[in-house]
Amino acid sequence: MRALLVRDLMLAIRAGGGFGLGLAFFLIVTVLVPFGVGPQTELLSRIAPGILWIGALLACLLSLDRILALDWEDGSLDLLATAPLPMEGIVSVKALAHWITTGLPLVLAAPVLGVLLSLPVPAYQWVVISLAVGTPALSVIGTFGAALTVGIKRGGLLMSLLVLPLYVPTLIFGAEVARRGAEGLTVQTPLLLLAGISFGVIALLPFASAAVLRINLR
Amino acid sequence: MVLTVSDLAVTRGGLAILEGVSFEVNAGEALVLRGPNGIGKTTLLRSVAGLQPPEGGTVAGAEDQIAYAAHSDGLKAMLSVTENLKFWASVFGLSDIEPALVAFDLVDLRNRMAGTLSAGQKRRLGLARLMVTGRPIWVLDEPTVSLDVASVALFAEAVRGHLQQGGSALMATHIDLGLTEARVLDLTPFKAAPRTRQMDEAFL
Repeated sequence: MRALLVRDLMLAIRAGGGFGLGLAFFLIVTVLVPFGVGPQTELLSRIAPGILWIGALLACLLSLDRILALDWEDGSLDLLATAPLPMEGIVSVKALAHWITTGLPLVLAAPVLGVLLSLPVPAYQWVVISLAVGTPALSVIGTFGAALTVGIKRGGLLMSLLVLPLYVPTLIFGAEVARRGAEGLTVQTPLLLLAGISFGVIALLPFASAAVLRINLR
Repeated sequence: MVLTVSDLAVTRGGLAILEGVSFEVNAGEALVLRGPNGIGKTTLLRSVAGLQPPEGGTVAGAEDQIAYAAHSDGLKAMLSVTENLKFWASVFGLSDIEPALVAFDLVDLRNRMAGTLSAGQKRRLGLARLMVTGRPIWVLDEPTVSLDVASVALFAEAVRGHLQQGGSALMATHIDLGLTEARVLDLTPFKAAPRTRQMDEAFL
């Protein structure tokens, strides 16, 4: 399992796309939004937490179809399925690798990009915390979507449609944590719900992903 | 390890293509599957490898014993030859890749990126992967595609070595590998009869 993780990380860094794509997209969104909104610092700082969350979510979505499609195309998914690794382990490692190459850089970049959106000072820590808690859920749900659509020609579109509604609860509670943090309100309830979603999907979805992957490999 | 396939029926795309296939592959034995294109060799091998549940019949002795090699080699273009092999070796819990590199004449290519190899060299690397799995039963689907005569000889030598160590091999191929000891099973007689009535039964 560790070998699979190391290989996926190595591939993501070497092949470029996997590692930089999400981050570049996140950067572009947060740089462009202030231009779109215009010179209204007060409005901008009010929508900043939400924009950061939407940017992170879309950046995650962008790289989802690489999680399993590349391994499917070159046949290594078939070979992994016959290897002594449980399918649940394979999809969990894939999700973890996706989080390390996409989710984690987004978490780390968020405070830097928050400056561009004139994010209120108290919100910085809550944006980082909510993204750190929420992005693993995005990767795990995304891996489920990728498993559902692997092997379908141009499955990326279908996958986006399937995954986006599943992302909504994470977005609502994640952005709520950041918004409440920015206004100095208590964040306990949305943060607990966000963590609940993350832990829930991490615990359950790998089994669903493995099941649909087995069916798709037939 | 004995691989026993009894009364196996397989479907492809919802159509029954083979039925009543039975054979046994003992340790040290090689069995070559023959048959025209589309007869179901690949589907049969996928069923034996456990990638696809059979429509009927049983496959015994295959659980965690099979090293499967399909049409595509499962290589990563951005990893070197050594890294590709090392990855598969550690997935299967082994670490020594040198014998595999030597057996398939990949020593000189070891630091090349797999993406820069020729088709035949990629194939050789894909087959070398079998040697780092440590699994006793090799299930090979057209293993000699894009190999030249010398490489086919290398491959036959590797299979022979594997058989001598008590392994076994089940392969679909059209080429004579020079493995005189290999048994041949022609799949043509097992072609499933067209079953039109089954459709009605579903509605009745």
